[in-house]
Amino acid sequence: MSAVIQNLVNQPYKHGFHTDIEADVVPKGLSEDVVRVISAKKNEPEWLLEFRLKAFRHWQTMTEPKWPNVKYPKIDFQDISYYSAPKPKATKKSMDEVDPELLRTFEKLGVPMHERAALAGVAVDVVFDSVSVTTTYKEKLAEVGIIFCSFSEAVRDHPELVKKYLGSVVPHTDNFYAALNSAVFSDGSFCYIPKGVKCPMDLSTYFRINTEETGQFERTLIVAEEGAQVSYLEGCTAPQFDTNQLHAAVVELIALDNAEIKYSTVQNWYAGDEEGKGGIYNFVTKRGLCKGVNSKISWTQVETGSAITWKYPSCVLLGDNSVGEFYSVALTNHHQQADTGTKMVHVGKNTRSRIISKGISAGLSNNSYRGLVKIGARADGARNYSQCDSMLIGDRCGAHTFPYLQVANKSATVEHEASTSKIGEEQLFYFSSRGIETEEAVSMIINGFVRDVFIHLPMEFAVEATKLLGLKLEGSVG
Amino acid sequence: MIKDNAPELLDVQGLTATVDSREILRGIDLNVRAGEVHAIMGPNGSGKSTFAKVLAGHPAYQVTGGMVRFDGADLLELSPEDRARGGVFLGFQYPVEVPGVTNGGFLRLAYNTVQAARGKEELDPLEFDDFIREKMQLLEMDPDFLERSLNAGFSGGEKKRNEILQMALLEPRLSILDETDSGLDIDALRIVANGVNQLHTSDDAIVLVTHYQRLLNYIEPDYVHVMENGRIIKTGDKRLALELEDRGYDWVAQEYRERAA
Repeated sequence: MSAVIQNLVNQPYKHGFHTDIEADVVPKGLSEDVVRVISAKKNEPEWLLEFRLKAFRHWQTMTEPKWPNVKYPKIDFQDISYYSAPKPKATKKSMDEVDPELLRTFEKLGVPMHERAALAGVAVDVVFDSVSVTTTYKEKLAEVGIIFCSFSEAVRDHPELVKKYLGSVVPHTDNFYAALNSAVFSDGSFCYIPKGVKCPMDLSTYFRINTEETGQFERTLIVAEEGAQVSYLEGCTAPQFDTNQLHAAVVELIALDNAEIKYSTVQNWYAGDEEGKGGIYNFVTKRGLCKGVNSKISWTQVETGSAITWKYPSCVLLGDNSVGEFYSVALTNHHQQADTGTKMVHVGKNTRSRIISKGISAGLSNNSYRGLVKIGARADGARNYSQCDSMLIGDRCGAHTFPYLQVANKSATVEHEASTSKIGEEQLFYFSSRGIETEEAVSMIINGFVRDVFIHLPMEFAVEATKLLGLKLEGSVG
Repeated sequence: MIKDNAPELLDVQGLTATVDSREILRGIDLNVRAGEVHAIMGPNGSGKSTFAKVLAGHPAYQVTGGMVRFDGADLLELSPEDRARGGVFLGFQYPVEVPGVTNGGFLRLAYNTVQAARGKEELDPLEFDDFIREKMQLLEMDPDFLERSLNAGFSGGEKKRNEILQMALLEPRLSILDETDSGLDIDALRIVANGVNQLHTSDDAIVLVTHYQRLLNYIEPDYVHVMENGRIIKTGDKRLALELEDRGYDWVAQEYRERAA
């Protein structure tokens, strides 16, 4: 039986291919000079160079966090190239001008960008390696005053907005990887929803790491003005190769009075091979600030890739009556390690947060939930509900839960529920005694397990994610 | 009902089985023909439930000897899935709880899988909904059951009704009902037994594994077998069950030992 359990998880990475596009790479190593080169290559204003340099100087004083429940060899930060941009062949005004090689890459991923954008009504700001290649639907969004563009474009065209909000949620001093990102970030996405505007479509960015040994340092900034609403999708795949790749992104969300931001992620980066060789190191800082009253920020993530995931999409609930949500499915298999969860920091009165975390461990993997619920002294009537469920597939993997509660206000209500279950012989026998094959049974059990999270994904993303989980677990149970 | 010319459905000869190298079944012989109802009784630990699970193909048990033919085929060669598709049904003593999987979704998948294997028509969700609601009336089950998680938080009676509902769906040739009466109050027992009786025809057979006579007041057995220490040590008709209710099991075992000596 356990042999079949293993088979079901042993599915080679489907998106493992390498696209041959000429890249403009900065030599390995990190110094003030490299930071200046990156800034200069991007024609950045002086204030942004200063931001980077401040971050770099601070980063030099910091050490890597050792507290996550993950193990990996020491990273040599001087052995990484900090900038890579596809060499532009010409300025692209339409999809026809986009590098056909790049388009083929998306075809292989099953994401024909133009079709997808047109059919699904999704605007795709494609990030390929570090520089945005093309942006679709931008004009349509512009009609209602929405700015959705690459980070570099935002710096050029909307410097006042970037200057106002960059680093306001995740300061450059926040943590080791956030400081590193602040110093060397290459590009990313910027999104601004003006007062009272409900974004007419889901906004979507496909991230893709392409150049071998090039760290990815994406920077995303989303601002929803008073009463604005937006749903943002981030999906990731990466080609297959042997060298570990560092990815240290920073995502900042700001919701003003009555604004609502929904941020959904499906992450399927290369996780390394069955022996645990290779794979992406995914050390990400994601945080949302519910700055205004009645504002709401909702994170939904489906984490299936990367060799190591270190990621805590968080909410700072500053505005009274603001709401933070975190819905997560983290699947680990083979030698994958995940230490992921959230932080809900209640500052304002009557703030509410909800955490639903589902961890699935298979193979020899290790999956930890780590979550902080902090209720400040002035957060009268704050409420939190947390539910952390773990599912084990086979008997050689690990599941851990590390909940931290810090409550400084007596009127707060904090609830935590946790469970661990195992896809075991009895469950599978029950299904097989009704004629149902083991793989189908596992898929049904897993889909049932993650249902509470998947209902929060946008429809087309939920379909993709369901397929992804099935693919990731094929051959693992029996 | 016993009919002399009824086709043989199940033929068990000298069946032995172990779990974790412990011998549980020590040579079972049993013959079941279409239309018949058999009751297997006996004290705790006598091997009744193991026998039921071995017939359904539970992977934790190793068959070490003997043979089992079902409808002419070698049952022991078949996977649990193929046994189910071929018409063997096990009603679980302790149905497993699967949070998050809806009962309705599970029932439809089971039904369609078995239908497909038998070359019969599968039903889409809407058609299935009509179909299953009709079956549920038989067991006086509320349609809400379909929306709930599979067996999760079900009462004992609800779980057993759900088992018989699956029996109604899968239309087995041989139904092995493992302590279907345990955990049932008298009303639930009546409903469940009534359901089983309505499903039973002259084409299929039922094997009831039970501790108590009370189920047999509702589902009348043609044969009553007493199991002890991994063997069937006595077979009689329904009057044997009444006698067991009256006198317990010890005398049967004693009689068996005397016969053996």
